[in-house]
Amino acid sequence: MTAPTVPRDSSLQASSGGLKAELRRTQRRRKLEAVALVAPLFLFLAVFFLAPIAAMLFRSLDNSELPSAMPRTAEVLRAWDGAGLPPEPVFATFASELAAGQKARNLAGVAKRLTYELPNMRSALFATARALPEQPDGTWQKTLTGANAVWGEPATWAVMRRAAAPFTPLYLLAAVDREMDANGNIVSVAPDRAIYVDIFIRTFWIAIVVTVVCLFLGYPLAYKLASLPPRIANLLMILVLLPFWTSILVRTGAWVVLLQREGPINETLQTLGLITEPLQLVYNRVGVYVAMVHILLPFMILPLYSVMKGISPAYVRAATSLGATPFTAFRRVYLPQTVPGIGAGGLLVFILGVGYYITPALVGGAGDQMVSYFVAFFTNQTINWGMAAALGSVLLVATLVLYWIYAKLVGVDGMKMG
Amino acid sequence: MSWKTNLFLGAALLGATVASAEARDLTVTSWGGNYQDAQREVYFAPFSKKTGTKVVDDSWNGGVGALRAKVEGGNADWDVVQVEAEELALGCEEGLFEQMDWSALGGKDKFIPAAVHECGVGAIVWTTLITYDGARLKEGPKSWADFWNTEKFPGKRGLRRGPKYTLEFALMADGVEPSQVYQTLGTDAGIDRAFKKLDQIKSSMVWWEAGAQPQQLLASGEVAMTSAYNARIAAANKSDNRDFRIVWPGGVYAVDSWVILRDSPNKEAGMDLIAFMSDPVNQKNLPPKVPYGVTNKEATALVDPAVLPIMPTEPGNLAAGLELNTDFWVANIERLTERFNAWVGQ
Repeated sequence: MTAPTVPRDSSLQASSGGLKAELRRTQRRRKLEAVALVAPLFLFLAVFFLAPIAAMLFRSLDNSELPSAMPRTAEVLRAWDGAGLPPEPVFATFASELAAGQKARNLAGVAKRLTYELPNMRSALFATARALPEQPDGTWQKTLTGANAVWGEPATWAVMRRAAAPFTPLYLLAAVDREMDANGNIVSVAPDRAIYVDIFIRTFWIAIVVTVVCLFLGYPLAYKLASLPPRIANLLMILVLLPFWTSILVRTGAWVVLLQREGPINETLQTLGLITEPLQLVYNRVGVYVAMVHILLPFMILPLYSVMKGISPAYVRAATSLGATPFTAFRRVYLPQTVPGIGAGGLLVFILGVGYYITPALVGGAGDQMVSYFVAFFTNQTINWGMAAALGSVLLVATLVLYWIYAKLVGVDGMKMG
Repeated sequence: MSWKTNLFLGAALLGATVASAEARDLTVTSWGGNYQDAQREVYFAPFSKKTGTKVVDDSWNGGVGALRAKVEGGNADWDVVQVEAEELALGCEEGLFEQMDWSALGGKDKFIPAAVHECGVGAIVWTTLITYDGARLKEGPKSWADFWNTEKFPGKRGLRRGPKYTLEFALMADGVEPSQVYQTLGTDAGIDRAFKKLDQIKSSMVWWEAGAQPQQLLASGEVAMTSAYNARIAAANKSDNRDFRIVWPGGVYAVDSWVILRDSPNKEAGMDLIAFMSDPVNQKNLPPKVPYGVTNKEATALVDPAVLPIMPTEPGNLAAGLELNTDFWVANIERLTERFNAWVGQ
């Protein structure tokens, strides 16, 4: 009885195995196709977007200044236990590489790195390098300390040892107003140097205010656009899009002209007798809000419009016919259906707003600058890329955390980009 | 704005970098605005015409960090740069500049002492001082104390963003004699005193960064008075028919210098250009357009005497002002910039 079933089973298995293999082959081919279709874009993004960002974030930990200019000094400093003053061989190695560095003129990087932790190290390093004799006067420790007293202080060598490490938390700590003291403990910086925590709070606050104002201005407009006949709606949409297509620099510059002390707005208000003294509308927070809301408004209107366009007017009509007041019909029927648009528009405006640079730089005062201003300052002016990268990293992480909270509360599905 | 724009910019920059690796034109970088317009007319264009070397010009707002990035990044796209005194000292020490060929310039003794340095030669003597619009203020300020007096002179104030000059002005406003300013700044208490004085007008401040801005701030009535560079004010009066006034007492004067960035591919042409700009016959043409002081001793005698009263090098103006202490700023610029940024951003 069993004998005939076995071949039947096996033949069945064989044929089903063939089918499975066929299926696998087809699936594999489909997968390959999908990968091949996505690959060019993925490669492009990886090379031109992800890799540069990763490299930039990595710079916030980079500590290569001293090790690259003084490799042997870095090595002996790493071997030293860090208690008190280092032993004589460390002084001797440092002295020989200091002399070589002075000749090769490559001490600038080391000087810059040390100055971040001890402000007078730049002049101390160069003065010592200039005055360094060929042979030590007794020990190198005595010679160096004689050339400049900083080399006799344990605090200097604690900084030297930190500068010799492969990576440094210095920049990330500084980006949140923290630093390491001589014993390596993390402490708050002095109040007259603490600035970045306030700047981060200010950055997020400005972005939130702009988002809320955009929502209140954009929502009624998007509603009107969505309920008008297409011919008129399209015409009005051009008015929304036209500024959207204009250069951001031009629009910001135009706001400076409009808002300035003797600009058209102040003159009109004065002519109408509404004010006697010109209002301060630019180079302060008012100017930043006005210009940023104007520039970011289309990013709110467009997703709202596209969501509202898809909502049938029948729902609100049905609600009112069932006895709801217009306000209740709006609140309980229309508004919930527009939440995906509000979510998308709000997120777009907020995330763009958090990274704003040129608009606050031009229409804001010194107290209205956002994180990006300092990223640009450290990138272009002081060339402290570690600090620029650290500020960028903290901003990125904070934004991602906010996005995560948003996704938890609203859900990513409850969002429609248009 | 968006990452797409950045990407596009990145690609464009990449293209530009590849292109600039080839031989490029001699590039001279100065401080923009009507000052650079005058330099183009008096120096760059005539030099091009005489030698057949094409000259491209760019402008910047200073900071030794910008020069570090250019030189240490390799492939610097500037050759000849006009730098401020402490940038000259810092950059020379760090090896950012070529050595100056003094034989090509006719020897060190041809120039005023402050214009002589192993890495650079003085371009101009310039003063940063109080300016205001005579068309708006009949009775103008006379000192830094007046500049701080917002009751007597209502309106906003403009100063260059950064600790240099700002701290000196604050101390003079607080009653420190010009001759005692750097002695006071040399102590922590003196620096605290300057920042405390700055607190008084912080809410009235508009900070400018480019040398062309103060004239615009004055012209638009945005500020009642501002610090500015003396010659730019004079040039604005001439070209735009303004009545901007200059307050010489309490001005801080300094020497700007020409340098050649290290490993410049146009080093020789750059040196030729610097020699051309240091020639008294050419230097004398600059003050009538922008009345800065000249650095070649022989040029002083050749300058149109009518311009002399509005030049920083006029003996009375020189005596009324204070010379910028380069050594102080070389030692302290980074520390005080950090403190200033925290103060201004709070």
